[in-house]
Amino acid sequence: MNDAGRRVLRSPPLAAGESSEASAVEAQPAPRTATPRRDDTASKALVRLAASMVPPPPPAWRRILVQISHLWLLFAFIVVWEIVSIFGQRINPQLDVMLPPPTAVVSAAVDLIHRGVLITHIVDSLCRVLIAVGTAAVLGIPLGLAMGWSPRIRWAVDPLIGFIRPIPPLAWIPLSILWFGIGDMQIEYIIFLAAFFPVALNSLAGARDIDTYLLQAGLSLGARRRELFLTVVLPGALPNIFTGLRIGLGIGWMALVAGELVAAPSGLGYLINNARTLFRSDYILLGMVLIGVLGLALDYLMRQAARLIMPWHRGQ
Amino acid sequence: MAQVEVSHVSKVHLSMKGEPFLALHDVNFQVEENEFFSIVGPSGCGKTTLLNLLAGFEQPTRGELRVGGELITQPGWERAVVFQEYALFPWYNVIENVRYGLRRKRLPEPEQRRLVEHYIGLVGLRGFESRYPRELSGGMRQRVSIARALAVKPFILLMDEPFASLDIQTREFMQDELLKIWQREHKTVIFVTHSIDEAIKLSDRIAIMASSPGRVEEIKVVKFERPRDPTNPAIVRLAAEVKHWLRQQVFGSEPAIDPAAAVHSTS
Repeated sequence: MNDAGRRVLRSPPLAAGESSEASAVEAQPAPRTATPRRDDTASKALVRLAASMVPPPPPAWRRILVQISHLWLLFAFIVVWEIVSIFGQRINPQLDVMLPPPTAVVSAAVDLIHRGVLITHIVDSLCRVLIAVGTAAVLGIPLGLAMGWSPRIRWAVDPLIGFIRPIPPLAWIPLSILWFGIGDMQIEYIIFLAAFFPVALNSLAGARDIDTYLLQAGLSLGARRRELFLTVVLPGALPNIFTGLRIGLGIGWMALVAGELVAAPSGLGYLINNARTLFRSDYILLGMVLIGVLGLALDYLMRQAARLIMPWHRGQ
Repeated sequence: MAQVEVSHVSKVHLSMKGEPFLALHDVNFQVEENEFFSIVGPSGCGKTTLLNLLAGFEQPTRGELRVGGELITQPGWERAVVFQEYALFPWYNVIENVRYGLRRKRLPEPEQRRLVEHYIGLVGLRGFESRYPRELSGGMRQRVSIARALAVKPFILLMDEPFASLDIQTREFMQDELLKIWQREHKTVIFVTHSIDEAIKLSDRIAIMASSPGRVEEIKVVKFERPRDPTNPAIVRLAAEVKHWLRQQVFGSEPAIDPAAAVHSTS
């Protein structure tokens, strides 16, 4: 290993003490096509040299252990919950209803899956959120981008948005029931209202805060306004658009539960509310856990999508 | 007729408080074709404003700027800009960045490919074609930016302190590269810098600006053969002269201690 290292250090491009980048061009007569290849072997040898100086990577099972070790508090929480609720029932029998143990939640899930209703609740809720947030994206992203791009549109639309935005989505519930009746449309409307503003306002910020230099560069390279929008403003605003969608999805998910708690024929919020009337607190907890897990999963999917669509962007 | 004519140009900017101030006052100069023309001056003297006017990003309050006899009314590829902070599109790799202006010009595909390849080679970035800007060093980014500007075949290259954020070795290397490219490509270059040494090393003529109000105070002709040796006594003298003059401009008085005398008294 050390031999490899010494060979690397003696080889000309690095012995010059220059960055490989500079030497690539400075060596005028040398054919340039040869340079990257030489750099490649040199950098591979350097990687080997670096590897020889640090302890070898831990085996796979240790890495997995490290990966999941930050979950220990969550595990501890579940175990303590189980113990408290099982032993607590001996002291206070009411705890059976007030705090069912995690195992009871699991058996509730198995029970509801067997009866074929749990999947329906999940799918219904997911569909409502996706339809509503999708609509918010379809309307909110273009509006936000237009407002961010054109000060005149922003100037015209700002007062209306500023007026509607502070009204909590939940305050719309009574009116929305009058308009749409009880059902999917009404709940989707509430979720839409909740998700629309974060989506639109983040898109606005993304388009408005594009680096002036990038706009100037585009213009001086001959881009027309439409091209400038498509090649500079839109990609530049993408990170903010994704942030808006993630926030919108999160808030929409909360609004979903609130909407379904008040009036719904199905869904996870309905599951919780219905279980309340039946004193089935294991179902209530199941509904809560599922909402948490699904919210987490949706956010994870959004992050993965962002990484896929914006390979140049880091830190999402 | 000179290629670039700047006549009686004044520009009023508004301060944060909304007070108008004269960023440029009655600026006049001309730049010939294929000339390397530098603009130096203390910060706040309106160098960048002047370049923005030439690029067409801003319009003058008074006076006019012409290129080839035509008024500058908007940005355009014939006056390509190289920015201090590179202004590369982060979402495009090296190829797509260099190709940006060619696409806007609607050149045929094979022509685009040929030009992109040529200019990436010219700035020595073969092998880095598919990297994103954030995967490149500062010097490499600036080279992409230069290739992007050259690829559209501008008549004039406008450079706004292009090497200011590079380390000293990279900067000197890039200056040499720029001179080589300039000699090969026959371009008019208008080069804004705050470094007098840089201006003297590169330019045919140097416009020296003063501030409040921003104005062109003097235009120096630099006649030395290239490549120029910065230790050449005549060049040292010229640099000292300009620096001395600028210091008076910025601080309003003679330096308290003559630097040459200070060296002697301490040794």
